[in-house]
Amino acid sequence: MQKALETLLIGLSTGSIYALMSLALVLVWRSTRVINFAQAGQAMFSTYIGFEIATRSQIFWLGLLFAIVAGALLGAGVDYFFMRVLFKHANSGPALVVAPVIATLGLLGLIRSIVGLTWGGEFKSLTAPASKNGFTFGEVTIPFSPLDSLTIITVAVILIILALLFQRTNLGLALRASAYSPEIAQLAGIRTARTRTIGWAIAGGVGGVAGMLVTSYNFLTPYSLDLLLVFGFIAAVIGGLESMVGAVIGALVLGIGLTIILNYVGTSLVFIGGFSVLLLVLLIKPDGIMARGKVRRG
Amino acid sequence: MAKVVGGNTGSKVRKKLALFFLIGWILLIIGDRVDELRVYQGAQIAMYTIALASIVLLTGYSGQVSLGNGAMMAVGGYAAALTLNNLQTPIWSAFMMAILVAALFGAFLGLAAARLSGPYLAGTTLALAVGLPAIANQFSFLGGEPGLLFDVGFPPERFGEDFTQYKWFFWIATFIALIALFVTSNILQSRFGRTWRAIRGNSLAAELSGINASQLKVLAFSVSSGLAGLAGAVLAMTISLVAPGAYTLALSFALVTGAVLAGISSLPGVVLGGFILVAIPEIADALASSLGSEDKLNSYLPGLIVSVLLILSVIYTPNGPGENLRKHFHKKSAH
Amino acid sequence: MSLVVSNLSVSHGAISALRGIDFSVEVGQLAAVIGANGAGKTTLLRTLSGLKDAISGNATWKDREILGKRPDELVRRGISHVSEGKSVIPELSVKENLILGGIWRGKKSDTAEAINEVVELFPRLGERMSQSANTLSGGERQMLAIGRALVSRPKLLLLDEPSLGLAPIVIEQIFQTIDQLRHRLGLTVLLVEQNAMSALEIADIGVIINLGEVVATGPANELINDPALRAAYLGY
Repeated sequence: MQKALETLLIGLSTGSIYALMSLALVLVWRSTRVINFAQAGQAMFSTYIGFEIATRSQIFWLGLLFAIVAGALLGAGVDYFFMRVLFKHANSGPALVVAPVIATLGLLGLIRSIVGLTWGGEFKSLTAPASKNGFTFGEVTIPFSPLDSLTIITVAVILIILALLFQRTNLGLALRASAYSPEIAQLAGIRTARTRTIGWAIAGGVGGVAGMLVTSYNFLTPYSLDLLLVFGFIAAVIGGLESMVGAVIGALVLGIGLTIILNYVGTSLVFIGGFSVLLLVLLIKPDGIMARGKVRRG
Repeated sequence: MAKVVGGNTGSKVRKKLALFFLIGWILLIIGDRVDELRVYQGAQIAMYTIALASIVLLTGYSGQVSLGNGAMMAVGGYAAALTLNNLQTPIWSAFMMAILVAALFGAFLGLAAARLSGPYLAGTTLALAVGLPAIANQFSFLGGEPGLLFDVGFPPERFGEDFTQYKWFFWIATFIALIALFVTSNILQSRFGRTWRAIRGNSLAAELSGINASQLKVLAFSVSSGLAGLAGAVLAMTISLVAPGAYTLALSFALVTGAVLAGISSLPGVVLGGFILVAIPEIADALASSLGSEDKLNSYLPGLIVSVLLILSVIYTPNGPGENLRKHFHKKSAH
Repeated sequence: MSLVVSNLSVSHGAISALRGIDFSVEVGQLAAVIGANGAGKTTLLRTLSGLKDAISGNATWKDREILGKRPDELVRRGISHVSEGKSVIPELSVKENLILGGIWRGKKSDTAEAINEVVELFPRLGERMSQSANTLSGGERQMLAIGRALVSRPKLLLLDEPSLGLAPIVIEQIFQTIDQLRHRLGLTVLLVEQNAMSALEIADIGVIINLGEVVATGPANELINDPALRAAYLGY
């Protein structure tokens, strides 16, 4: 019973980080109809910035703030200087369908090499904002740590901010409208291209937070966020790719599921487990667990 | 009418076969004239050519995008090594096994993939490319991080004392690549190849005209994976081992780049793509040593060049430089 | 002169959709653009609202060029387009659909006021403010689409087939509403319709388009009474 509870808590903390990456992917997918594989690279770059600031100032939260800002700027820049050019040029031929996907892949490689050339490939270790040692109750120490709880709280705060932004502000309404129907949004006077760039910025900032949180558990290298991208994608697919709420639920389900495998089966099956979940969802409920018989678009 | 067409293709195939023999013969002569490093790079080009053919077959002809070819190569490499090490069978059987296992694996994935549209398929195969090589670390029978030995043995003695190990790799790799290209080009010109292109053009229209698009997609996936597996085994041969570190995400990226540069729907282009992929590290090395001798440069400059090439080509010549040339000439002849 | 379209040509790729379109509408007038399916009416509206590029010609609103501008820029110049097929966003609530039309002005109080006016006009929308637009009937959706455009406080309203797919009784209501609207708000309206008779009845002038060309323009009542036109284009 105790182990089950621990698994659930650890799963929630793991899943909450996936939720951020998954949200970032869904935000971009909704507005641009591209799975942005470069999201891992953008998050990595932002995390390196955050790492530098956090290490120099000895304040994790200042680093986090800089990671968010760097992620947002980079996200906006990618859309403004890269995706717009791409869509202008790639408009015919067999590569039309694959060009955006391949382009984001190229961008991932580009950011990775730039980061590598700047910071090298060494393992960087970030001082975590809270202890990684589990809470102790009398004699018993559980694996769930203050850092885990801080992760959950941080993500919760960010999710609440995002929910307020999307549900309560005009910017949020413009973002949703542009995602659902760019044409009608534009006819209503929304500057959809600008709105899309803002969406990319938000996704970039959120990705930066995910990178910083992962890095407070593990080392930072130019490759250390690849797995986050994969699990974020799987979570987004579980949630149906279109829905932000679905992305979060999908991530929590995946986080808990993978922690169950980790605690009860073994490390070796974690990736296989995640991949099997992906295939199962795609085969059985390709529109995600939130879908109610709607046909998948695009 | 049908008979005429049939006879025609028959003679075409024979002509093509003769052409491939000629190319092979020329390559062997060249192999005798250049130094060890070039011979080794020749083997690498052959390996990349097979791997790129597998991408071109899938993406260029059936319109599906797979980013996980590195993973499929890993499957082939491990299958070949396990066969050779455990069953002590002849080398060729190890390569056949690589094709077979990777094709089966691809068929399994294809069953899922056939129902997936662009982003889902891309993401799924990317997940595979990230995760699959790492899985090898977790299982002892796959040799963990150091991997498994894959030793195709010394060249036969009758080739003489001067016949080096690398030349032997080059011979095998070239031989396999020529056969693979020959078979692939025939598949593409067969009824299957034409139907694949029809699917790429318009799945719905193909479906309406009685083509079972999803079955063909599974088949395309399976054939492409088999080819990738073969390339994986050839790669394993050239480095004499199969290890997770050989089939990285970077390999998958490089292959996609090579395919885009080669012209994603052009089979002859894959040889050019292979050349480029082998040349990039060389150029990067030269650049790195002229810029300084930092480790960082050596590790990340090739990646930088690959990414920049990929981005530029996808923006400016999304269908490959060949496509642009063709359009150019087309316009000229039209005027 | 307020809306002046001269020598406008538009194509879909290699296929010519509109050729040398000429007509003009005075401020406060309602112009009905009439024509069969595929005549190019929708293309005309989409070009005027910036959704589609023209290949040649001019179109000015109050003496300033409107071709080559984005739809959101034109909204800022007082041109709102209600596109074909009940242009509402079904995933959003009725209220959100309405707010959408006012975001560009950046003043929440302004938008709230405009929404109140729309609700006065269409009380049915007021009752359903927090419902998803998905739950509305066809007629209600059309009202919502027009309402959203009105929240942008347009001077020129481009309406594309507001009667499409609606029951006859609802169509009559919609046309009545459009007629009231423009008198009350002093709107200039360009109304594209297949439903020729109803549209011409409330219109000041008519523009008849066939196969991408203007075949007749003139005061609406004259067009209605021209037997040749009636037979050829108005279908009765």
